[in-house]
Amino acid sequence: MSNSNNTIKSQFPWHILFFLAPGLLIYLCISVYPLIDTLWLGFFQEDSIGKRTFAGLDNYRTLLFDAVWSEPFWNALWNNTKFFLIHMLVQNPIGLFLAALLSSPKLRFSNSYRTLIFMPTMLSVVIIGFVWQLLLSPLWGISENLLYAIGLGDFFDSWLGKETSALITLALISVWQFVGIPMMLIYAALLGIPDDLTDASVVDGSNPWQTFWHIKLPLIFPTIGMVSILTFVANFNAFELIYAVKGAVAGPNFSTDIMGTLFYRTFFGFQLQEGSTTMGAAVATLMFLIILIGVAIYLFLVQRRMQRFQL
Amino acid sequence: MKKTLTRKLATLSLSILAATASAQALSANKLVIESWRNDDTKIWNDIIIPAFNKQHPDIEVVFSPTPPSDYNSALSAKLQGGTAGDLITCRPFDVSLSLYTKGHLESLNDIEGMDNFSDVAKSAWITDDGKNSFCLPMASVIHGFIYNKEIFKELGINAPKTESEFFTALETIKNESRYVPLVMGTSDQWEAATMGFQNIGPNYWKGEEGRKGLISGSEKISDPQYVKVWEHLSKWGPYMGRGYEAQKYADSQNLFTLGRGAIYPAGSWDIPTFNDQADFEFGAFFPPTPDGQDTCYISDHTDIAMGINKSSTNKAAAKTFLSWMTTQDFAELYSNQLPGFFSLANHKVEIKDPVAREFMSWRSKCKQTIRNSYQILSRGTPSMENDLWNVSSQVLNGKMTAEEAAKQVQHGLSQWYKPQQ
Repeated sequence: MSNSNNTIKSQFPWHILFFLAPGLLIYLCISVYPLIDTLWLGFFQEDSIGKRTFAGLDNYRTLLFDAVWSEPFWNALWNNTKFFLIHMLVQNPIGLFLAALLSSPKLRFSNSYRTLIFMPTMLSVVIIGFVWQLLLSPLWGISENLLYAIGLGDFFDSWLGKETSALITLALISVWQFVGIPMMLIYAALLGIPDDLTDASVVDGSNPWQTFWHIKLPLIFPTIGMVSILTFVANFNAFELIYAVKGAVAGPNFSTDIMGTLFYRTFFGFQLQEGSTTMGAAVATLMFLIILIGVAIYLFLVQRRMQRFQL
Repeated sequence: MKKTLTRKLATLSLSILAATASAQALSANKLVIESWRNDDTKIWNDIIIPAFNKQHPDIEVVFSPTPPSDYNSALSAKLQGGTAGDLITCRPFDVSLSLYTKGHLESLNDIEGMDNFSDVAKSAWITDDGKNSFCLPMASVIHGFIYNKEIFKELGINAPKTESEFFTALETIKNESRYVPLVMGTSDQWEAATMGFQNIGPNYWKGEEGRKGLISGSEKISDPQYVKVWEHLSKWGPYMGRGYEAQKYADSQNLFTLGRGAIYPAGSWDIPTFNDQADFEFGAFFPPTPDGQDTCYISDHTDIAMGINKSSTNKAAAKTFLSWMTTQDFAELYSNQLPGFFSLANHKVEIKDPVAREFMSWRSKCKQTIRNSYQILSRGTPSMENDLWNVSSQVLNGKMTAEEAAKQVQHGLSQWYKPQQ
């Protein structure tokens, strides 16, 4: 008895390690190692001949408290927050709305709609940027004529070029592109709700509105939470659309500058501005921390209190 | 099963190694050129490299460009990783200087034919103490205005020479036709600084005098001569096309070549594009001088050069190529194949393109200078060049006054540049 116990104890579960190893190795090499190296690099400074010296928290001190760096940093962070809020307020409600419509059994051609709405998500951001620039262009765009046709011509403006509207316009373009993702996730969650529950509520006398509001919505809260956190992470990592449309000096007057473009200018440099690997690493680390804090807040304040129902 | 896979992998990697090794052995005399001029690929492959091979058939040259906006970052990554080509096309001033100080570029003092270049031509690719040249000057670009000759004829306007003539012309075009008087946008921002500020500016800050004054600290960018440049720019807005705030560089090029605009603030590098696309005759005039000023100043900007990668295995061949680039043959070939890029060598070059010849002729009429933000002044944070992009486009958008623009750039400079503190 004791003997057999011993053999069980001494036997290391090699098979688990074996099956984990490929994924773990890839993850360690291309995700964990670069991340740690970036965090580490942020503590260094580089002189003109490329020699690195340890500088402790100097980069962060400069970035957060020296006006030359901190002003662009806070500006980018604030713009990024606006970019995120627009996504939360527009993209996710629309996604939810579309998902609710799609899951309605009375809707015909729902598969076609689903595919069409999801299409832009699969296109390259560069194409999206280019197409929307053309659509909105005051020179060649069709949006002006379209607005005149419905009597709103006077509202047309070169939205992408104005300090007050450029960021909002870009955020809405991004919403248009990515609205398919929350739609799909929420749609899947809605399909997962057993018919018994909705049927029961109908028998109890609730109208469709009440059924959605009191039966379905609470059941898909976990999915909406996940969608929110995905939006948060994606928005604070956003870069391509702004770069494709407005370039790295995200104008006018840095009104479309977000963390991604700030990082690009710092790390790679721009035109005559020389790139700094170490300062860039510091910016990247701050981006990482911001996302980490955001996710942590969500995890501790929202996720843990969320009620889950066994369906 | 596992063993065979490993063996297969091993053979595969061995054969790849062997292949690369043999490729290297074959290419003992192969030169790879790194460049951002992807527009010029055809001309390099069809004309320039064959011309070189006529004299040096034993050296194989490959032109391998990267898109302009990625060039700086891609190049420095390649140089650090040791995979960059043998010949490196050099951006002017600090970007290349830093490559040299980091030990990526070879010193070129002993290149045969280096004395074919003036000190001004070499100034963009030399160490601060003036002792070591690290890139061979190739070409400069000149700023000015390109105009649609047919529209000017139709409206009876002559190419303006002074500022008031310039604005009268714009006013006429605006009032008497439906053409866009001034074709430029501010969406990409760099045109505002490069084709706006650096184009008309030298007339106000007296070219080199002002540029050197800024570097030495005897002048400030908030001085009246600089404020006047932005004041001039602030008057452009009403003549620019509708929605110019969202107009991009390619939009402007299209608008002009479609014949919908009259005057285009230009760099001479636009000439080949316009030759290809415009089916009307166009001409050029130099930046109008302020009224009552006789001397004109133009921006004749040292823009492009070529250096040798320090870790190249083919330095001898690379030096042969660079020496060939100092000759009259190359100067003529380059200036004529790429009208708008003017050879920086001292050779007398006959330029065939009429508009390019017009640009070139200003060199003898006007005093030359280079863009004032390029030497030293964009080294720190904030970079003066980025500041100029931002404030110049805001002035054009009517969101900022000339004084505010000047104050902001001066404030930026005073943050890090000692002579301006």
